[in-house]
Amino acid sequence: MKRYIAKRLAMLVLVLIGVSIITFVLVRAAPGDPAVNLAGQHANEQVLENIREKYHLNEPIYEQYFIWVEMVLQGDLGRSIASHDSVTSEISSRLPMTLELSIFAIIIAIVVGVLAGIISAVRQYSKIDYTVMFGALFGVSMPIFWLGIMLIYIFSIKLGLTPVQGRLDVGIELNRITGMYVLDSILTLNWTAFVNSVKHLILPAVALATIPMATVARMTRSSMLEVLRQDYIRTERAKGLSERAVIYKHAIRNALIPIVTVIGMNIGVLMGGAVLTETIFTLPGLGKYIYDAIMAYDYPVVQGFTLFFATVFVLVNLGTDILYGYIDPRIRYE
Amino acid sequence: MPTETKKTKRRTRTEETIRQFRKNRSGMAGLILLLIVVFMCLAAPLFAPHDPSAGNLPQRLKPGIWSDDTPDDGVYLLGTDSQGRDLFSRILYGGRITLGVGFVALSIALAIGLVLGLSAGYFGGFIDNVIMRFVDIMFAFPALLLALVIAGTLGRGIDKAMIAIGITYSPQMVRVVRSGVLMIKEMEFIEAQHAIGSGHIRILLRHVMPNSLAPIIVYGTLMLATAILDAAALGFLGVGAQVPSPEWGLTLSASRQYLLTGAWWAATFPGIAILISVISLNLLGDGLRDALDPRLKGGAKL
Repeated sequence: MKRYIAKRLAMLVLVLIGVSIITFVLVRAAPGDPAVNLAGQHANEQVLENIREKYHLNEPIYEQYFIWVEMVLQGDLGRSIASHDSVTSEISSRLPMTLELSIFAIIIAIVVGVLAGIISAVRQYSKIDYTVMFGALFGVSMPIFWLGIMLIYIFSIKLGLTPVQGRLDVGIELNRITGMYVLDSILTLNWTAFVNSVKHLILPAVALATIPMATVARMTRSSMLEVLRQDYIRTERAKGLSERAVIYKHAIRNALIPIVTVIGMNIGVLMGGAVLTETIFTLPGLGKYIYDAIMAYDYPVVQGFTLFFATVFVLVNLGTDILYGYIDPRIRYE
Repeated sequence: MPTETKKTKRRTRTEETIRQFRKNRSGMAGLILLLIVVFMCLAAPLFAPHDPSAGNLPQRLKPGIWSDDTPDDGVYLLGTDSQGRDLFSRILYGGRITLGVGFVALSIALAIGLVLGLSAGYFGGFIDNVIMRFVDIMFAFPALLLALVIAGTLGRGIDKAMIAIGITYSPQMVRVVRSGVLMIKEMEFIEAQHAIGSGHIRILLRHVMPNSLAPIIVYGTLMLATAILDAAALGFLGVGAQVPSPEWGLTLSASRQYLLTGAWWAATFPGIAILISVISLNLLGDGLRDALDPRLKGGAKL
């Protein structure tokens, strides 16, 4: 196991170097003179020359890459062209919002998906099973930007149950400790803010949870069916254990192991989904920020965010792989 | 009849697969649904009651046949959009774009996947290592996000969206092709080809590729489903198809603001069109998997 982790960490370094090169090339391949992009269309030649000097744009391209990497390693992801804010501080101030949304979505996906999958497997080929599998088919096929809009139309516009956008109604006080409003309102025992922030969060979280929820349900069902066919389950039944005890005490534990992988796989879906849901619900998170930066051709932001997203994604995947090895000792990595 | 029995015994693998697939009800349902959607979009001029781009402002945002308020100059099945254009006709024409972007994007991914996957799997060693490490790196980017960034740097438009989605999906395709090749490569009939002195290219194209097609078809179908979702998502986000294209994602985002006025149809039906297309492809893909690869059966069956 230790050797496996060491090997994976070495691979991680290689992948991150590759990621940084691709991110750099991708953004540099964008049309237009980067100096003009930075200074604006009407800058005169002297200004442009100063900018080229300041941002090392006169150096050869590989020199520029090394300069950028050196900056990144010191925690500096550059500055936005539009707002001149530091990309690093933008990420840290927006991260809690996206994290909160993702955590809510993952909880919804796991709770609903696992329950539906288990019921489906235990009652295979029943009406409930077909309903769950049909629902899962809808879930994996769902254009979540459309779902988000439909949720807003039904619950916010027609029924008036939830707010249309944002994180908190104007006028509601909240001490920001972590930046995750639901958590902050619990920590400060502020129930008005708690109810209000949950109301704001529920629709985007449901929209974001849809695809992972469907894949978790499918995976739970098939892995549960697999486990129920095993010899040890037959032994449990043979020795007279009730069906309930067989399922809830013995089968579920083993059936849930693959869920870790499914969730790891879905982190990428969540990141893409965050761009869509945050845009639809006007939530000031990372997804909305990178989207706005792409639309405004704000390259330093795009570059910094892409690198950040990819790094998080790679780390989460590594984490789930290692976790998988600990939960299921049968898995031995070479 | 004796001749009949003899015939059924000598069924080819393709015939057997088709027979297996036809028994799969949800797979068949997916295929039929897909054919209907594709046919209606390709033959849009036959089915569309109105010119999809002819606006009529006094008739803007009128409901469809479920309401009495629908315009009376012809049939407006699903109502009109914010420019007074017939929504049903626009959805038919828009499908050509959304489905087309997804299809071309998948073809790009397939082309890259075949070249890199076949080389990696067949030659192995150093070539395999280089290609697969590159694939690992590409996998580090979340899919839709990578497509969005590529489309963002290339500029806007459906051609850029196709390239962006195609690049994004190619690493997955490389892995699928490569694992298919690895299974075939060690088999005796390939060795026999080496023994009789066939060249690499000939062995690859004539023997390895046709025998590793099954996973490519299955995963290709399932990936086409998500490629179409991403095509619509890019259109929705404004980096794919541009106004006045009837592309589904774009129509959806343009109609969104009119929900507040109660004109729900203009944003609802393009989404349903996307949903139906993607469902049909997912059903088809799952059905094909059951028919082509019985070992995977039950994985995600409807």
